[in-house]
Amino acid sequence: MDFRDSPEEAAFRTRLQDWLAENAKKFPTSGDEYWAKAAQWHQALYEGGFFGTSWPKAYGGQELPPVYDVIVDEELARAGAPARPSLGYLVIGLGRHGSEELRQRFLPGMINGTERWCQGFSEPGAGSDLASLTTTATLEGDHYVLNGHKIWTSYSDDADWCLVLARTDPDAPRHKGISGFIVNMHQPGIEQRPLPMISGVTKEFGQVLFDGATVPADQMVGAPGEGWKLAMTVVSHEREPSTLGFTARYGKTVRNLAARLDGEPSESLRWAAVQTEMLRLHVRRRLSEQLDGLSHGPDGSLDKLLMTWVEQSVGHASLDAGGTRDAELLGTYLYSRSQSVMGGTSQIQKNIIATRIIGLEA
Amino acid sequence: MDVRLTTEQRELREAAARLADDLGPGSVIDLDDADRVARLEKAVAATGWRSLRSDGASGVEVALVVEEFARGLVDVPFLGPVLADDLQARSGTAAESVALAVGGEAVDARGLRAALRLVDNRIETTGVGEPVFGIDLTRTNAAVADPVTPVGELAADAAQRWQALALVVTTADILGAARGAHALACDYAKVRSQYGKTIGSFQAVAHLLAESLALIEGSVSILRYAAWAVDELDPAEALRAGRFAKVYTERAARTICETSIQVHGGIGNTWECLAHVFLRRALTSGALFPVSLEEIDLGLS
Repeated sequence: MDFRDSPEEAAFRTRLQDWLAENAKKFPTSGDEYWAKAAQWHQALYEGGFFGTSWPKAYGGQELPPVYDVIVDEELARAGAPARPSLGYLVIGLGRHGSEELRQRFLPGMINGTERWCQGFSEPGAGSDLASLTTTATLEGDHYVLNGHKIWTSYSDDADWCLVLARTDPDAPRHKGISGFIVNMHQPGIEQRPLPMISGVTKEFGQVLFDGATVPADQMVGAPGEGWKLAMTVVSHEREPSTLGFTARYGKTVRNLAARLDGEPSESLRWAAVQTEMLRLHVRRRLSEQLDGLSHGPDGSLDKLLMTWVEQSVGHASLDAGGTRDAELLGTYLYSRSQSVMGGTSQIQKNIIATRIIGLEA
Repeated sequence: MDVRLTTEQRELREAAARLADDLGPGSVIDLDDADRVARLEKAVAATGWRSLRSDGASGVEVALVVEEFARGLVDVPFLGPVLADDLQARSGTAAESVALAVGGEAVDARGLRAALRLVDNRIETTGVGEPVFGIDLTRTNAAVADPVTPVGELAADAAQRWQALALVVTTADILGAARGAHALACDYAKVRSQYGKTIGSFQAVAHLLAESLALIEGSVSILRYAAWAVDELDPAEALRAGRFAKVYTERAARTICETSIQVHGGIGNTWECLAHVFLRRALTSGALFPVSLEEIDLGLS
């Protein structure tokens, strides 16, 4: 057991620090300004050799141990740089369920940031109950025609591609009739409507309407009816703090709050500091466990729950520090409310933990 | 960085868990079984684990044994002797199993006659007097008795390192007790039926147990670092890591143990159920070398 960097890790960290000294300040870290430069940030980070470090070399990764993600997250936060783009769950989903042709075609652009992606799973009537989705994909010759309405779609305005779940067999039992598709977002029949968030962020979040949009049949991920397996892979990996990435930003927020203080820190700020430290160490433990080739599966729900508590405790500390008079701190608090909803609500995570880890009766 | 347990560490943890499962109390009545306690005492003595530190074991290894012993409610002295052993190792005093004294009390001192304590940087031996009142049903404290004899002195660094170990050991004990309480509640939720279903199938119950498990996982992560830090970081850093671990784990454990009582319903509020025994142990280890949120230093690493 060693929490210190190995010589290789230390060299990587130093190289990253030098790179960030040059590049970090060129990129805004939040809000719509960040969003305008997000693609450039992703590509710059990749070209520097600091993104996709653990992914296969065949698709542009470096196949380094997963703990390098810890180093990247820590140093980005320390340098005041934007977050590491969060798409490991899509890389893993496509890597595990897509054909080799699809992997060769799409993973390099996803990893290096030249192609932007979003995830079309949730619908107005299918959030936590994803299997009740009603978007349809109907085979017509060599392509499918999409009709339906996706919502809570992060980054939809910026995306070139969307990983869409749609019903291909209306007669099959509800989990069995769903298939996954890689859909081109630049085509007629797709309309996007932004959904401004309560924190005031306007660009990040949207809904997508499909009205006769098309997707070539060979851009189905896996076989017809295998969309549910793809969905489960994606959502379980979406829940790991390593994938959600940049948990170090919570520590950064706590330090910023501490620096602004006049008097004694509030109890909520001290508690946020303790929880932040817990999460920092928890991510290290989880990523180290992945050195055994361990895939966490339902354990991701524990990680997601811990991460949610930390983000919301930092949010509460921000509210306590800024009250209703500081728009930025209020924004931090308001944004933190989404963490217990996105990627499966806390209630869903607790159901998964109870039944699949503890083994309680469903 | 690679923060997995080594194979040897995993084996040590499994051996400690087996011993605790075989000879620890399985019920409240077992607490009064003198034959069992005698067998447990003999088994613990035979392992030599009370002198883990003087035998060169790391803080991580000590913490693993302490955690498993608390999970299994091991009710013969361990936490006190293993901390006293570290003082002996640092001061070069005689190597026999002794209790640890903190202020005027010898803690975790059942059956022991002598104690060591650290006062500022000075190590003293004392006698162990009469038992004093305590809420812990698995461990006994006693009054410190004369004579008090100074036997050595620690450098400031070494004293801080020992204090870091003391925080880690008490935190490991809290975590173990919390894990034991949680396991007890989960087992109960799988067999106790109401309305024709096991109570674990009700979300109102299931969600409490899921939250407890997340708190346990967070505690494991923060404690492992503090335990590693005892021997690997400079003493001030180690002490700081210990404070963070103890504050987090103590809060978590209180929720976990209270949840266990709640999930047990009526029986959980009686002497019949082990849930309160775990809670008492967690509270006792929390009060030993206490850390408050006010001591948390915000200059995060």
